[in-house]
Amino acid sequence: MIMSNLDLNNLGNLQKVLPPDWPGGFWWHWLVFTTIIINAVLILVMAFIYIERRGMGRMQSRLGPNRTGPFGIFQPVADAIKVLLKEDIVPDTADKVVHWLAPLIAFVPTLMIFAVVPFGAGWSLAGDLNVGVLYVTAIGSISTVGVFMAGWGSSNKYSLLGAMRNVAAVVSYEMPLVLSVASVVLLAGSLSLHEIVQAQSIPFILLQPLAFLIFFMAGCAEINRSPFDLMEADSEIVAGFHTEYSGMKFAMFYLVEYAEALALSALITTFFLGGWQGPLLPPNFQWLWFVAKVFIVFFVMVWTRTTLPRVRIDQLMGFSWKFLLPLSIINLIATAIQVLVLPEGSLWVMIPVNFTIAAVLILIGSNFFTPGRGRVEV
Amino acid sequence: MTLKTEPFVLNMGPVHPSTHGVFRMRVVLDGEVVTDMEPVFGYLHRGIEKLAEERTYGGIIPLTDRLDYIAAMSNNFGYVLSVEKLAGIKVPERAEYIRVIMAELQRIASYLIIIGAFLNECGAYFTPFVYMFREREKIIDLFEMVSGQRLTYNYMRVGGVSQDLPEEFLPALDKFLAQMPVCIDEYDRLLKENEILLARSKGVGILSKETAINGSVTGPALRGSGVKWDIRRADPYSIYDRFEFDIPTGSAGDCYDRYRVRVEEMRQSLRIIKQAREQMPAGPVRTKVPHLVRPPVGETYAHIETPKGELGFYLVSDTSISPYRIHIRAPSLINLTVLRELIIGWKIADLFVIFGSIDLTMGEVDR
Amino acid sequence: MKFENYGRGIAKGMSVTIKHLLRHPTVSQYPEQRLNTSRRIRGNELIWSKEKCTGCATCAKTCHEGAIEIETSPNLVNNKYEVEKYQVDTGYCIMCGLCVEACPFEALFMGTTYEAAKYRRDELVQEKEDMMLEAGVKQPSGYFYPDYAAALPRQTLLIERITEEQMKPAKMEPKTETKTEKTAEAEKK
Repeated sequence: MIMSNLDLNNLGNLQKVLPPDWPGGFWWHWLVFTTIIINAVLILVMAFIYIERRGMGRMQSRLGPNRTGPFGIFQPVADAIKVLLKEDIVPDTADKVVHWLAPLIAFVPTLMIFAVVPFGAGWSLAGDLNVGVLYVTAIGSISTVGVFMAGWGSSNKYSLLGAMRNVAAVVSYEMPLVLSVASVVLLAGSLSLHEIVQAQSIPFILLQPLAFLIFFMAGCAEINRSPFDLMEADSEIVAGFHTEYSGMKFAMFYLVEYAEALALSALITTFFLGGWQGPLLPPNFQWLWFVAKVFIVFFVMVWTRTTLPRVRIDQLMGFSWKFLLPLSIINLIATAIQVLVLPEGSLWVMIPVNFTIAAVLILIGSNFFTPGRGRVEV
Repeated sequence: MTLKTEPFVLNMGPVHPSTHGVFRMRVVLDGEVVTDMEPVFGYLHRGIEKLAEERTYGGIIPLTDRLDYIAAMSNNFGYVLSVEKLAGIKVPERAEYIRVIMAELQRIASYLIIIGAFLNECGAYFTPFVYMFREREKIIDLFEMVSGQRLTYNYMRVGGVSQDLPEEFLPALDKFLAQMPVCIDEYDRLLKENEILLARSKGVGILSKETAINGSVTGPALRGSGVKWDIRRADPYSIYDRFEFDIPTGSAGDCYDRYRVRVEEMRQSLRIIKQAREQMPAGPVRTKVPHLVRPPVGETYAHIETPKGELGFYLVSDTSISPYRIHIRAPSLINLTVLRELIIGWKIADLFVIFGSIDLTMGEVDR
Repeated sequence: MKFENYGRGIAKGMSVTIKHLLRHPTVSQYPEQRLNTSRRIRGNELIWSKEKCTGCATCAKTCHEGAIEIETSPNLVNNKYEVEKYQVDTGYCIMCGLCVEACPFEALFMGTTYEAAKYRRDELVQEKEDMMLEAGVKQPSGYFYPDYAAALPRQTLLIERITEEQMKPAKMEPKTETKTEKTAEAEKK
């Protein structure tokens, strides 16, 4: 199946989505849809910021922002305006070019992920990219370069520490992340995000509970969400890599943080929660399902952020290499065997089997797992 | 060719989100590992000991409010005890009970802050901190009702307390006593068994019994290391010998033990308050003490168990209206001396967890 | 990080936070919603009674910050001291209330205001006209004056606000929890 997807015939899909009769052809299409994507991302990010601040406020027995507009819904807008009007301060000893480029390099790849995310049946900017999963994982880790540039370029020790932590985390969490997606790809039989969505007659969260957990955790670690938010741990290294950023550049990093959360929620929705598929809604409005699922996933992230303490850097590394990686490899092999052995149309058998596998693996893994070395003799 | 390496020196503070005030640590790092640490303090020095030499005995009480500003009642208590000891003043029964209730409420309030701050430094994003502050708010309400202020109470006086409890105090206290155990249980449920918290604090920053005793560490930090030393029991002051309460101790002496000791002590404090509230007699709350106390020539040292540890006031009198010399044994300062030993070898992330678990208030360190 | 409890601790913590999502927030929105302060509040000002004050200056002697300045002149007609200047620099005042406590003629009161921020330091200085009790503009607090305290509104307490609305649903579960914990501890002993 995978072979057939890589067939050149399928490039026709791309051409079908690109309207050839647009004046100016590709470039007009690119301009219009990029604008749409940027705006959609910005609006969703604002919604995310609102949800995070209100939800977290209520969980902390506070109210959260409630002054700007009804229920404070314009608070993110007010924040954005405030931050854009701030003075842009660059440290004297900073590497000016790197410092200036860093937010851009962090921001653009995050935006590029949305090019292939299917918002509805056949709805995505770059059409049905047949190597979507590869594209997403490849592009998604580029923002690390921007983060590292920010840490290096701003000539601040806290920033440097934060950036180092970020690189270490991304390098080690990329592995379980990709391996857990690989089992999804095995099930769907395609690297295209559209086909992965269409293959989910049963949402893959039921077929692949362990892969879902690993993907969620590894994803959280990659985008600096709690409990893996060591790169901007405010109680340790002040603000991590964006300590020396202010004004518009800081706004960019802030945007990246939430845009990455949005991207991760969108990917989780696509890979595990059935994407835009859902009952009740007519085909043209199925993107509403997508948005709803994205919000649910994000709410879980807010929830964990509110509750959980932060792990230490050696524990973070150990958790990835000693716990997530073996589990994801075993899960991948188990899934591969199941896909080979099980006859067509008996997917439901995998639900109990995989839940059992997940439970057993977590129990065994928990007993053998001790990350971190604790005190180092110096 | 050999590559040259330099130690990575990081100045943490004096303005840092989790140094509890203006405290600076000069940290030498090897990657993430702390290889050396030098505490730098004195940013909050106000010369309280010297100022006190210019003031009357009664006028020093507002200054003690500003020592450990999150446990002002305890400081008041320690100071008035030492003056009473020096001048030989007897305190009415009811005043003693009120003092004990206030000191124990203050202990709970102070522990709530430090537990919240400790959990916050472990990285739980302000949630425990906000919950703890909510409970503290209830105590602060009671203090406000009694003394009229929310932070610098200036409530205790030489020879008693400034005013009797208002009539609405005791019903409010009863309500608080009914609610607080439920809240403590709920916060235990929030993070007590949390795997990440256990990983971050169990076995981290182990303060051995010997180091603790040699460094004359006191308070929960000492009891966390398994030494059963509480001045309320070891040298009972005021009326603490009349109450039943346990001294919770830890075993390993790590950050988690210090955190658990504080939580258990809050339960014990509630027990003491309950007993004091039942036994409290009626009567005057203040003996007749001259407006300007003139203790006889001599010196004295009185110490109490504050939330931070042993707070002692050393007073020298020359029969004038103000002390000749006053020295404050500030528990935070003494506990700070072991910090370097605890931190070396741990990661930066542990640095603040250990710092938070020791519980330091800069107002008291710098004075 | 050994998962001794297989994530049970994390799940318990998550249940607490999600429960708080459904409870009422405990904060109040300050400029609009004002809580009643304590009846004994020591506000950022002093209130002085012209009629009762004899000009003995006990308050000024008691004040350790040197915030009170008083000037008197003898009035030979009624054989009393006339208070010519009574000035409190609230910038120096630490609101300790010792002056109120010391006043032998019950002529000095703490105020009840707490919003006394000013743009200039000299605006913080109160003259005797600003702080006159007889003018009736300012409400004296009940600090050391039980009669005044009784007339003031009851203090709003967070304890009372919480019991009625929120603590009830939460009370059931943690209680059972404590029992199990206690029995576990007893077993250990």
